[in-house]
Amino acid sequence: MSETVIQIEGLRKVFRVGKVDVEALRGVDFEVLQGEFVSIVGPSGSGKSTLFHVIGGLTPPTAGTVRVLNYDLAALTDAGRTNLRKTAVGFVFQKFNLLPTLTAADNIAIARHIAGRDHIAEDPEFRKVLDLLGITHRLHHKPAALSGGEQQRVAIARAIVNHPAILLADEPTGNLDSQNSQAVLSVLRDLNERIGQTILMITHNPEAAAYGHRLVNMRDGRIVQ
Amino acid sequence: MINKLVLENLKQRPIRTSLSILLIGVPVTLILTLVGLSEGTLEDSARRQRGVGADIVIRPRGSSFMALSSAPIPEGIVKMLSQEPHITAVSGTVIQALSGLNSITGVDLESFSRISGGFRFIEGGPFRGPDDIIVDQFYAAQNNLHAGGRVGGILNREWRVAGIIEGGKLARLMLPIRVLQDATGNTGKLSQIYVKVDRPANIDAVVASLRAKLEGYPIYSMEELLSLISVNNVPLLSGFIDVVVGIGIIIGFAVVFLSMYTSVLQRTREIGILKSLGASRWYVLNIVLREATLLAVGGTVLGILLSFATKWVIAEMVPASLTQKIVLPWWPIAGLIALCGSLLGGLYPGYQAASQDPIEALAYE
Repeated sequence: MSETVIQIEGLRKVFRVGKVDVEALRGVDFEVLQGEFVSIVGPSGSGKSTLFHVIGGLTPPTAGTVRVLNYDLAALTDAGRTNLRKTAVGFVFQKFNLLPTLTAADNIAIARHIAGRDHIAEDPEFRKVLDLLGITHRLHHKPAALSGGEQQRVAIARAIVNHPAILLADEPTGNLDSQNSQAVLSVLRDLNERIGQTILMITHNPEAAAYGHRLVNMRDGRIVQ
Repeated sequence: MINKLVLENLKQRPIRTSLSILLIGVPVTLILTLVGLSEGTLEDSARRQRGVGADIVIRPRGSSFMALSSAPIPEGIVKMLSQEPHITAVSGTVIQALSGLNSITGVDLESFSRISGGFRFIEGGPFRGPDDIIVDQFYAAQNNLHAGGRVGGILNREWRVAGIIEGGKLARLMLPIRVLQDATGNTGKLSQIYVKVDRPANIDAVVASLRAKLEGYPIYSMEELLSLISVNNVPLLSGFIDVVVGIGIIIGFAVVFLSMYTSVLQRTREIGILKSLGASRWYVLNIVLREATLLAVGGTVLGILLSFATKWVIAEMVPASLTQKIVLPWWPIAGLIALCGSLLGGLYPGYQAASQDPIEALAYE
C-alpha cells in the first residue's frame, strides 16, 4: 500500500490585502498518496495556487494541519519551509521561471547547488530523464534561445533533479501551444509511470487534467469533488 | 556555481556594471592620486634637500621642519658658524613663497658650491647679473624656457634665464641671494642655513654643540630632517587624506547601494525563483554581496590603472609643480576602502532581496 505524502485537514489560508482579510482557502481536506498523479482544476480565484503555495512551503497555513512527508507545515519556521523546498518538493510554473542569465544546464545545476548536492556525482538515472525530456542537445543554450516547450522541459528537469517526493506543476501548459503542451504532459505522465514521481498539477485545460489519475475540483477555497 | 551566477548577472547588464566599476574606481583614483601626490611631492622636496649635500640644516626660531617662513635668521650667524670646529662650509639661503606650491630660493653660488659641489648646468651657466635667474629642467620644460630667454611673472618682474640645471638639488627657481633679500625686504637675513662637516662621525657632536650655542633654533642633521619629511608629520596633509578616504567610502557605498538596489528590483522575479528552489536568505544575500565585492575589485583595478594615467598627465602638464608617486602600499588600502563601501552599499539591498516573499517575487513582472 502506498504511503501518504500529503495529508491536509481543515486548511485555511487568509491573506491581508490592504485592510481587508481575504480567505483564499476555507477548510480544505485532502490526501495524496506516493506515486499519484493528481490534477487540480477550478476557476480562477478558487484557491488552487494558494493550495500549491502552502503545500510547497512558499507560505505558511493560517489554520489547520498540513503534513508533507514528515514536515508539519503549520509548525515550520521560514528556514524549515526553505529546507522543505530544497529537498521535498519541486516546482514547475506556467511561466517556466528559468534564470535568464544561465544556460539550461546551469539552471539545473543551480538547483543541485542550492540543495547542497553539487558535490555528489550526477545520478546516471537523471541522464535518462534528460533523454526522456528530449533536452540533452539543448542544455548549453540560455532560455532565450529555447522554445517555450524546451524551456518548460528544462524547468521540469530542474524541479526533479534533487529527487523531490512531490512535483508541483502550476499550469505547466498554460503558455504552450497544443503540440508542446502534449509533449510536456506526456513527459509528466512518463515521469509518473517510469520513476513513480508524485505529481500535483493545476490546470484549466480538461484535456490536460485527464492525464492525472485523479481529478480534484476546487471552488471558493474548498474542494468540491 | 554561485560565482557563475554572479558573473553572468554582471555580464547581463554591462552598462550598469561598467558604470558602477567606473564610479567605484574614481574615489580609488582620488585616494591613490592624492596620497601619491603628497608622498611624491614630499619625496621630491626631500630629494632636493638631500641633493644639497649638507650635513646639518638650521631653520629659523619657532619654525617647523617643513613650513616656509620669511627670513628671520641674521646673516652674521654664517660667519660665526664658519669658525666652529669641524665645520668646513656654510651657506645661507632665502626662500620666498610664490603662488601655489612654488617657491624661489636666493642662493650664494660660491658658498653653496663648497657644500654641494655646484650645480650641473644643462643649458647656460651661473648668474651674471642681478636680473638673472636659474631654473631646473622641470620648470624649464613646464614653461618652455631656454638659457638666454626671458621669464616673467616672478616677483612681479621679468628675469633672464642664466642657466638650466639638472633637477634634484635645492630648488626649482633660484636668484642671487642679495637680489632676493633686497626684493623681499630681507636684507641681511636668511631663511635656512646649510652646514658641511669635515667627517660624518662628527655630525652629532656638531649638532649638539650648535644647539647649545644657538638656543631656540631648530637644528637638524640632514638624516634627521629627511626622516621627518613624511605625510604623517604634516598634520594638515594626513587630515586631508583622511577626509578623502572618508569620501571614498561614502561614494563607494552610494554607488553600490544604488546599483544593487536597482539590480535587486530588476531581479525580483529571479530572487523568487531561487527561493522557490529552496535558496535561503543567506544564499540570496551572499549573491548580492559577491556582486558588490566583484564591483569593488573591478573598481579598485580600474582606480589603480587610472592613477597611472593621472601620474602621466601630471608629469606631462605640471612636472615642476607636482610630483605623483605610485603608492604601491596604498593599493590594498584603497581596495579595502572600496570593498568596505561596496559591502556596506550591498548590505541593505541584499537584505531586502533575502527578505522578499517568494510568492510576491514570483508574481513580479
